[in-house]
Amino acid sequence: MEATNADLVLDGNAVAGVLVEVFGDDLTAVRGTCPDCGREAALATCRAYTHAPGIVLRCSVCDGVQLRIARTPRGYRYEARVRMEGRFPASG
Amino acid sequence: MTTTLEWQIATVTAIRTETEKVKSFTLSLPRWMPHRAGQHYDVRLTAPDGYRAQRSYSIASEPERAGEIDLTIERVEGGEVSAFMHEVVVTGDRVEVRGPIGGYFVWETAAGGPLLLVAGGSGVVPLMSMLRHRAAASSTVPARLLYSSRTYDDVIYRDELDRLKARGESFEVFHTLTRAQPPGWTGFARRIDARMLSEVSQVYGAKALTFICGPTPLVESAANGLLELGLRAERIKTERFGPSGT
Repeated sequence: MEATNADLVLDGNAVAGVLVEVFGDDLTAVRGTCPDCGREAALATCRAYTHAPGIVLRCSVCDGVQLRIARTPRGYRYEARVRMEGRFPASG
Repeated sequence: MTTTLEWQIATVTAIRTETEKVKSFTLSLPRWMPHRAGQHYDVRLTAPDGYRAQRSYSIASEPERAGEIDLTIERVEGGEVSAFMHEVVVTGDRVEVRGPIGGYFVWETAAGGPLLLVAGGSGVVPLMSMLRHRAAASSTVPARLLYSSRTYDDVIYRDELDRLKARGESFEVFHTLTRAQPPGWTGFARRIDARMLSEVSQVYGAKALTFICGPTPLVESAANGLLELGLRAERIKTERFGPSGT
């Protein structure tokens, strides 16, 4: 049986490791606001599409794209549409 | 601060068959650090030609167990990593992992309760870590697990859940079997629905601290059902995963 895209959807929890790689911190508990519908929730609750060349996080209410991450030979590229509020731990 | 991002080589020290499709792997970690119940590890496989596959698996064990973790992995049809773990890996093998990761779907005894846990299939794994943590820390936080499986033989950790329940300490488990039930079955026998959620969660009222983990349809229907019962959205945490279903 072939899995459909809907079967393969995960959530933000599943990409915590990649978020650490890209942003240097686990952002899954950070709250973000969807630029399309205004939903405010932890990034962990976004739908995550990971079975493609890149990773796409979408709003769980309106399906609007929140964050796109692609791995390229020269490192990660990302585009963030989600508005994030939060505090990064001070270095050290 | 110790970074959890670095890959390390873990050694598989034990493999336990949980159900026909599910095995638990004990990994001994050279750079172990205590996790928070609900967190996961990433497992990475590298083929001789450099091709890599990576998946994220919930930790099943309690953080009180030093030096090692258990990952409980369901064999997914066509899954590169789970198939390798199930069919190729033997005790003594080494696998590349990094973790613990995840700061959202986590529970510690200090977070209190009462704890309402809702699981579908192998979604029980991170919740089991919470229950094992609760037991290891001698926490008396009231806890209830509503656990949906296809059949009796698909119930992961069945005996251990019975033992935890027998210890009392205000833990109760409610099974629902959605496909087939053994003769004399007294548990639920349908998909999780509003009436079932109400029956299980009512005693806690709206105070419950809720963790739901399973396939997307189960997670969404359980979360929506509990919101309708008056539970507060900020007290409901969810984790959904891919191909499975109950």
